[in-house]
Amino acid sequence: MSNAPLLEASGLTLRYGPVTALDDVGIEIFPGEVVAIVGESGSGKSTLLRVLSGLLKPEAGTVTYRAPDGEAADIHAMGEAALRRLHRTDWGFVHQNPRDGLRMGVSAGGNIGERLMATGARHYGSIREAATEWLRRVEIDPARIDMLPRQFSGGMQQRLQIARTLVTHPRLVFMDEPTGGLDVSVQARLLDLIRELVADLGLAVLLVTHDIAAARLLAHRLLVMRHGRVVEQGLTDRVLDDPQHEYTQLLVASVLAA
Amino acid sequence: MTIETGYNFGYLDENTKRMIRRALLKAVAIPGHQVPFGSREMPLPYGWGTGGIQVTASVIGPQDRLKVIDQGADDTTNAVSIRRFFAKVAGVATTERTSGATIIQTRHRIPEVKLREGQILVYQVPMPEPLFRLEPRVSETRRMHALADYGLMHVRLYEDIARHGHIAISYNYPVMVGGRYLMSPSPIPAFDNPKMHRMPALQLFGAGREKRIYAVPPYTSVQSLDFEDHPFQPIRANAACALCGARDSYLDEVVTDDKGGRMFVCSDTDYCNTRQAAREAAE
Amino acid sequence: MKTLHEGGPIQTSAPSGAPVIGPPAIQTQGLGKTFTLHLQGSTRIPVLRGVELAVVPGECVALSGPSGAGKSTLMRCLYGNYGAGEGRILLRHRGEEVDLATADPRLVREIRRETLGYVSQFLRVIPRVPTLDIVAEPLRARGVPAEEARARAAALLARLNLPAPLHALPPATFSGGEQQRVNLARGFAPHYPVLLLDEPTASLDAANRDVVVALIAEAKAKGAAIIGIFHDAEVRDRVADRLFHVSPIQAAA
Repeated sequence: MSNAPLLEASGLTLRYGPVTALDDVGIEIFPGEVVAIVGESGSGKSTLLRVLSGLLKPEAGTVTYRAPDGEAADIHAMGEAALRRLHRTDWGFVHQNPRDGLRMGVSAGGNIGERLMATGARHYGSIREAATEWLRRVEIDPARIDMLPRQFSGGMQQRLQIARTLVTHPRLVFMDEPTGGLDVSVQARLLDLIRELVADLGLAVLLVTHDIAAARLLAHRLLVMRHGRVVEQGLTDRVLDDPQHEYTQLLVASVLAA
Repeated sequence: MTIETGYNFGYLDENTKRMIRRALLKAVAIPGHQVPFGSREMPLPYGWGTGGIQVTASVIGPQDRLKVIDQGADDTTNAVSIRRFFAKVAGVATTERTSGATIIQTRHRIPEVKLREGQILVYQVPMPEPLFRLEPRVSETRRMHALADYGLMHVRLYEDIARHGHIAISYNYPVMVGGRYLMSPSPIPAFDNPKMHRMPALQLFGAGREKRIYAVPPYTSVQSLDFEDHPFQPIRANAACALCGARDSYLDEVVTDDKGGRMFVCSDTDYCNTRQAAREAAE
Repeated sequence: MKTLHEGGPIQTSAPSGAPVIGPPAIQTQGLGKTFTLHLQGSTRIPVLRGVELAVVPGECVALSGPSGAGKSTLMRCLYGNYGAGEGRILLRHRGEEVDLATADPRLVREIRRETLGYVSQFLRVIPRVPTLDIVAEPLRARGVPAEEARARAAALLARLNLPAPLHALPPATFSGGEQQRVNLARGFAPHYPVLLLDEPTASLDAANRDVVVALIAEAKAKGAAIIGIFHDAEVRDRVADRLFHVSPIQAAA
């Protein structure tokens, strides 16, 4: 409870020409915490995710990550090598489109094994074992380990992407609309799988979504963004059941069936 | 010196040679790292050794003795014409003896005889980038080299084992140089890879079309990528040379007639000839 | 009918009859709640004002008052589901007094995990999760090993007359009464020091009502402070030590 935040950002500002994508945004994520950023398209939520994960530099503001040894580092001041190391060890990134997160020409097993191999795993048998175990965990028949992702359905591809991301047991996972392109029935299954894995592994997750029901199911805490600003934030059920800001009330009233 | 040809010594002008030598120095300083250079048009087509020739032309001196091999053989068209080229434009002595050469330009083989200090092995390289089939973006492969981010190469080996039960790369088998850079050894057979490790001779690599030079200085570690439970295995036909009886050399399969007759002979002609001569002398 | 006490440490009777004097497990000070409906021309709807409620360990307080008086709103405020507009909600958590009204979200989660339980009228169904795991989940969150948590969950479900074959199914297709019992099992399993019950017996038959009455009595005996809304007068009279009247603000003002 008293532990320090895993990721901490303040004063993030970014403009695309006349459009303000981020306007003095701050956020904290603590170990094991699932934080959802909700808002409509163009609210700046995906930009925020990219800035927080170091993929995009802000014009102003800092993003600080605290490593397991307690050392805090400014994400945007660290070298590309250090950032990349972070992205393949401590962090994970789940893209909306599985094609952006998978190697479509590499087998399911190879996709899961890549992060292990990138971090020094050199035992084929153990890599294969880990891949088999992770296929099982994301509910893909391990017999399909040598099949290519393009032979999988959209939901399976997304589950494969999650397995590929979680195999190295990251501490912080960024998810950009992970259920975005999927059928509703497939979404529910995926959301539930994410919920289980996140709880089992004690992951911290920063989830960007416009799906209020998904946010309610997964997130402990919610940030509502509009026009590049965080207009409201707090405990998920309180923000959704007792929204204070005009925009949040509109958002909840217009989409909430959850 | 060899003014009769009308060309500068070694064909290339001195400024070009200097430029290439600077690239070579940098390459030697960063073993396995690909250094760009201003590859010139040479009087032979790409794929025939334009990179190797430019490297050789830049390091060769009047006292050198040059050997050129193509797939291990001194007497194939490519080897013969490059050897003649340098005899003409540099007036240097040539040889077919591995041990007698100071510079050996090679296409797709490393001689069987151990090379020694002071010798230079110049490889002709068609594609210097070991990651090119895995990552289509050149900018991304550069970044991967810069960050030593080579997991993808192991993914390729993993896929091989998953599909074939073993690593099915028989030539151009990727290596790590000095524990830092992933390098293509050029299309030499995997059988030759162990010879690169801590070789006393200087190894230079020239890719003319791709305009890259890289190098492995003497006594540098060169490790073939593998898995602990699927260790690298140099592959060799399980036979003895039909001419010299060698069981330790890399063999070519030669079809002898149109009735399915075939035999295995050493791919390294100098090695084979030397062994045959020694046997005759002994008899 | 017992009389209404307000504020401060109060004296009451434990079920055993032994007098208990102690600090309240939960206490509100000047709690108020007003909703502002931005989408309806920023209409302000005051619901609660100056609520002073204190409940000590082992005590069960029933909220009373007419429909629409704000009983459910008060319950939701007490759980932190609605933000407190004004005033304080003091809870004894980990041996210290914390103000739920100002606690940050992480502290609220911790309080809900360890100190504060809530049985709502409706079960929020999580897709695909079996009933047994839904009930065991709060125990797991408190560090109870999986096997033990499931055993305790199964025992409680059995006591609430939910047949074992249903335990492995997600409750989405259950009847209202069955879902209510899953909800009750989930709320009673962890033995929260403070328990909020919103119409816990609304859709139950007589036999199951008796089970709930017994569960409440046991929780009180273990020292739980319970606040409930009971429309069923018979149940209320059996479990509540006193009533706390919530009156509509217009009438009170």
